[in-house]
Amino acid sequence: MLEIRNLHASVGGKQIINGLTLRVKAGEVAAVMGPNGSGKSTLSYVISGRAGYEVTDGEVLLNGENILELSPDLRAARGLFLAFQYPLEIPGVATMTFLKAAMNAQRKARGEAELSTPEFMKRVRAASDKLGVRQEMLRRPLNVGFSGGEKKRMEVLQMALLEPKFGILDETDSGLDIDALRVVSEGVNALRSPERGFLVITHYQRLLDHIKPDTVHVLSKGRIVKTGGPELALELEQNGYRDYVAEEAA
Amino acid sequence: MNAPARPRNAVETALIDSFAPAGARALREAAMARFAARGLPTRRDEPWHYTDLRGAMRDALPLAGAPDATIIAAVRARLAPARGVRAVLIDGHYVSGLSQGAEGVRLAPLAAALAEGAADDMIAGYGLGAGDAAVDLNTALMQDGALIDVSAGADADIEIVDVAAGGARASYGRSALRMGKGARARLVETRLALAPAANQRNAALIIDIGDLAALEHVVETRGDGEEAVQVQSLMVRMGRAARFESFALTMTGGLWRRQIFARLDGEGAHFALRGASLLHRRQHGDTTLVVEHNARECESREFFRTIVDDEATGVFQGKIVVRSHAQKTDGAMKANALLLRDGAGMFNKPELEIFADDVACGHGATVAQLDEAQVFYAQARGIPRRIAEAMLVEAFAGEAVDYVPDEALRERFRAEIHDWLAAGDA
Repeated sequence: MLEIRNLHASVGGKQIINGLTLRVKAGEVAAVMGPNGSGKSTLSYVISGRAGYEVTDGEVLLNGENILELSPDLRAARGLFLAFQYPLEIPGVATMTFLKAAMNAQRKARGEAELSTPEFMKRVRAASDKLGVRQEMLRRPLNVGFSGGEKKRMEVLQMALLEPKFGILDETDSGLDIDALRVVSEGVNALRSPERGFLVITHYQRLLDHIKPDTVHVLSKGRIVKTGGPELALELEQNGYRDYVAEEAA
Repeated sequence: MNAPARPRNAVETALIDSFAPAGARALREAAMARFAARGLPTRRDEPWHYTDLRGAMRDALPLAGAPDATIIAAVRARLAPARGVRAVLIDGHYVSGLSQGAEGVRLAPLAAALAEGAADDMIAGYGLGAGDAAVDLNTALMQDGALIDVSAGADADIEIVDVAAGGARASYGRSALRMGKGARARLVETRLALAPAANQRNAALIIDIGDLAALEHVVETRGDGEEAVQVQSLMVRMGRAARFESFALTMTGGLWRRQIFARLDGEGAHFALRGASLLHRRQHGDTTLVVEHNARECESREFFRTIVDDEATGVFQGKIVVRSHAQKTDGAMKANALLLRDGAGMFNKPELEIFADDVACGHGATVAQLDEAQVFYAQARGIPRRIAEAMLVEAFAGEAVDYVPDEALRERFRAEIHDWLAAGDA
């Protein structure tokens, strides 16, 4: 599904990702945990193709295809989805308008017909009902004036509508209270399927109480330094990242 | 601040020599005397610091004559059926055959009123803009226009269509709208050119909104040539608890300046001035406003969005003056510009002059490029970069267009902005 091989990447001339190798199978939820500054958000941006994040070596394969040469929109059309840590506000663009533009752009890139308006509305209604997103919110400009919880819910709504093959959740728990965390996690869990993979990037273990990972990887200084099962997350929660940071420093 | 005296250039001399007052002699002479003393404004005149009118006016073009039947027919073909009052001006001349009045509204040509000796405040403009070179020139040289008087308590739909027929001619049209106590009206101004030309358009509109009266005003300017020089002056005086909501869409060629002089004379007046300007090629667009709070408890709102592409230059100057007796003034001004290319430029100058102590006034001005983070966010959802950029630029202008009260107009403006942006991509 997603395979990252010996990835090296820099931002503004500074090397952040240093030979990262990671494999996530279809149906798998892989958690990447790491201390601040370990390269977690950089990893999500490099995979999704943000300008300014320069890949100096390595490959990122999505279903066998190296996506590093593709623009971000084409990566999205291939089935990649990034749920942002800080979703952007888009003033002047109604949420509905944005959703429709995104869905139809992806369909067009894949050579599929555009959705009819009734079909689009039907899908949006069904998905927003599940996530408790009010219809009134969909008429407002995307994310403008939304609370932290509403923004994250909107990210999951977009993911549900775009039906990606692979989802990256970048610190989706940040800024969420317990109730919002539960709603958002349930939304993600509903999208888990044998065909779909997830990379859940997080600093804290608490998100993994709600979105149970199959594998846990520790990221430190731009590399995966340890891989294990869900128990690894609990261990990190108890001992912190000291061991890994120290090990690297030594 | 008076600019130091300088020798007249040929254009100024020609303008002064062309002065042959017909009607309103004293009014015209006073204006021409002010003009003769100061000449055309340059960058050394503070209010015109970013728009060098003297440099732009290379000739004093001959005055445009009255339109012939062919031109009138061409304009007629462009007009949709009138909804209410309609005043049509071609090259500064009132065209009665294309104009129509309505109940509760008196409509008359300015030239006829001037010939009968009229020179009242409605025509003179309540002193607003006096001393500004373009306004003074318009006062001195005004040819014709529409005088529209809405009776107290009446309700009217009004349209002013101001057409440049084409050709290197000058025009000095002046129209005035007066609204009686408690009257309500919707005014749509359409300013267009039949063909792009290297013309000089100096137009003035004077609006007097009486006590408790309310006016919704929308003005669209399009179609001028890249060699055109255009100044539109809008003078607005407001009475007690009067309301004015104005929106301007300007996407036209050449060098243009839209200047607004407003005075809130009555307590509790509400004044809102908004607009979107789109500039490309080597166009120069200047929106300058002076809003004077001259009574207690008035509210003013200004909101302008400017999109500047290619090598174009945008200017926004917004000055809010609060007189010492204008306590409890509530003013908020926002001007944002978006630069689409490195060659584009913007001068943004908000100014507050507050002499009262119990007021709430604020302003914000920004000049920025498209936010790369927003573009990436849209791309990450599968929207190609070009479409994402167009969407964001349209949304930027759209936030101003949202203030247009009439839905059909709002949709039309959105479509026109969409087409303008799409044409730029080609």
